[in-house]
Amino acid sequence: MKTLKRGAIRVPIILSVLTLITLWVAAIAPGGETTIQINSNATATGAAGEAFRFANIITSTAFSAWLTFGLTLLATALAWWFALTGRVASRWLSIGFGVVFVFNILISLFNGQTMTITALLHGSLSLAVPLIFGSLAGVLSERVGLVNIAIEGQLLAGAFVSAMVATLVQNPWVGLIGAMVAGAFVSWLLAVFAIRYVVDQIIIGVVLNVLVIGLTNFMFSTFMSANSQVFNAPPRLPSFDVPGLAQIPVIGPVFFSQTPIVYLMYVAVIGVWFALYKTRWGLRLRAVGEYPKAADTVGIKVYATRYRSVMIGGALAGLGGAFFTIGQSLAFGKEMTNGAGYIALAALIFGRWNPIYAAFAGLLFGFAENLQYSLSTVGSHVPSDFLLMLPYVLTVVLVAGLVGKVTGPAAAGKAYIKS
Amino acid sequence: MSDKMKTQKTEAPVGRFSGLARELFTGNALIPVLAVLASFLVGGILIALSNENVQATAGYFFARPGDMLSAIWQSVFGAYDALFRGSIYNYHADNFGDGILSLTQTLAYSTPITIAGLGLAVAFRSGLFNIGGTGQIIVGAVGSTIIALYVPIWPGPLHFLVAVLAGILGGALFGGFVGFLKATTGANEVIVTIMFNYIAVYLLHYSLTSWLKAPLASNPQSSPIPQDALYPSLAGPDYPLHLGFIVMLLAVAAVWWLMNRSSVGFHFRALGHNPSASKVAGVNIGRTYFLVMAVSGALAGLAGTSQILGTEKYLGTGVAATYGFDAITVALLGRSNPVGVLAAGILFGGLRAGAVTMQANQNVPIDIVYVVQSMIVLFIAAPPLVRSIFFMPKSKEARA
Repeated sequence: MKTLKRGAIRVPIILSVLTLITLWVAAIAPGGETTIQINSNATATGAAGEAFRFANIITSTAFSAWLTFGLTLLATALAWWFALTGRVASRWLSIGFGVVFVFNILISLFNGQTMTITALLHGSLSLAVPLIFGSLAGVLSERVGLVNIAIEGQLLAGAFVSAMVATLVQNPWVGLIGAMVAGAFVSWLLAVFAIRYVVDQIIIGVVLNVLVIGLTNFMFSTFMSANSQVFNAPPRLPSFDVPGLAQIPVIGPVFFSQTPIVYLMYVAVIGVWFALYKTRWGLRLRAVGEYPKAADTVGIKVYATRYRSVMIGGALAGLGGAFFTIGQSLAFGKEMTNGAGYIALAALIFGRWNPIYAAFAGLLFGFAENLQYSLSTVGSHVPSDFLLMLPYVLTVVLVAGLVGKVTGPAAAGKAYIKS
Repeated sequence: MSDKMKTQKTEAPVGRFSGLARELFTGNALIPVLAVLASFLVGGILIALSNENVQATAGYFFARPGDMLSAIWQSVFGAYDALFRGSIYNYHADNFGDGILSLTQTLAYSTPITIAGLGLAVAFRSGLFNIGGTGQIIVGAVGSTIIALYVPIWPGPLHFLVAVLAGILGGALFGGFVGFLKATTGANEVIVTIMFNYIAVYLLHYSLTSWLKAPLASNPQSSPIPQDALYPSLAGPDYPLHLGFIVMLLAVAAVWWLMNRSSVGFHFRALGHNPSASKVAGVNIGRTYFLVMAVSGALAGLAGTSQILGTEKYLGTGVAATYGFDAITVALLGRSNPVGVLAAGILFGGLRAGAVTMQANQNVPIDIVYVVQSMIVLFIAAPPLVRSIFFMPKSKEARA
């Protein structure tokens, strides 16, 4: 019999605890019914209409709670069996468990109401867009060896500049460009201080965040809020359907009936992944982030590569910031990013510095953030402060519980001084 | 973020900032002064740009440039004059007693900033980035509020002491938990402390709207703290200065002793310099992570008590204000050295106090303080930048 490694039983222990929670949820399940509506409402924004509709599912809340308890119990038993026999449990076991667990909680909370799947997904995606752009900025920056705590500042700068520029020229597209320039400028500052002045990268990131908060608050208070028609009434980016894809049931109206920023995000996620792993450019970039001295020795320009990559990342984060304002036709508000940059950082770590995993992690955090909105509309009795707390608690649980010690790019955080 | 990064990020500042003597000899001692000056210059540009008179006169700048120049002078001078009157001495006041009120205001503001900054400095020097000052201040404040409001049976001084201890304990537990998580699961403390800040803010809001809420209050706030649990006033009821200021000075001395003279502090610094080497040398890494974060959190909690039991005298949602982030900048500016933190804390306390007057008299938003504060840290961190702004020759190291 093999000796158990300490890490091996972590997953089964976590699953056991969660299973106990499902037992508790089942035990206190109210006696009502929950309606699950899979498609969007016929009157919803998806103009093209879906190809076909699923019938609504009406389930007894108590029954589904006990059913999920059974499923989670089974999964937990499997996990223990895998762990004790020294096998590696598939990651899908944990993922499947998570989906069932969340679904179970949702059904209980929506007791007596209609739970619309598309609405949940749509809300999650909207909140995830800035997180995903932000985590891409983090990927591009940390893969090349610079820790990017300033994502928050890049998002906020993007939100501010896009709102102001779009209002001044009355054109949301110009606002988008302004957002990219703003985000790239903040990350240029990060790069200058980290590379030329060799300042600690975490320090510079935190300080840049405070600087951007101060500048945007100052300008908001001095002229923006007083003349909001002139400076802060951004026109909305038009949203449009992708022909064909928008007609796919469920997925279509959620993912393919969106503003161009969202489509840009899909392109960016795939593009960053492709560039990092399938091109020579990406290989060099990662080499600089792992072992700059070796990269330098073979003739890669370490500083130039770092500047370029960090600034491209900043431009992407700026786009994410623009989603707060022109992406949703909202005026800029003080500190409106509210920590999204830090959650993007967590998504980046949870996604193991891989753009695609980070995007899914961003979606997960968007989902958690969205729960407060969907639950407050059904009049849940859970105090709103606890719902607001949810994404942050989830971050801690994921970072501490599931991720643990992960290894990022080896040279991230280190200044490289060419000798 | 890897282990290696953590090693590096502490090595750089410690190595570069250690030799005070060397800095004096190479003219580097001038840098902080010039950095502050440069930041005020940037602040002045912002103030001028946002001033309505300046904007109006800019319209006919080429016809009568003097108008705009005088408008710029008036706006910037007016703002910084108000800053001085609000933070050091109000020479418009009728007598000395009223004039010096500003300085006591500065010292009162600097108390929580400095104490929390000391906490973060302990963490920074031990190689841990505690961004969780806000959360630890809140938990400390809640702890002392509970004792102060709900345990009224003790005689005077004891009630006060226990309330302060509860605040310290609350911060220490909240901070120590992060260290515990890092030691057991490897969770990155930057992420965890930032998330704990948000969690603490929402928990505080929930508490102040439910069980901690004052019965008749319309806002989310607690009942006023009873007199016997308050920090005794130092200069009479007209001045905001309280015993917390003395506690702050004691904390400076205590942190200096802890970090420079005690064996625990030696372990802390060893961890900051090189975790692998200190592990080999027999330092219990996990326990030290916990201790560092607990001490750091305890100081933040103490800062929370000075707010609740000294300045505000009730618990409101704004208890931590911006002190969490102020503390970070103070720790960075003070280069994690207790005396440096004290100086930086008093400087930033003065900025806070003066900014209130500046906003009231000159209509300059208080957010300008954020800008000036972060500019100061940026400039201090990059001496070559300051040198080039003021056309100073390069330092010896840079020329070599």
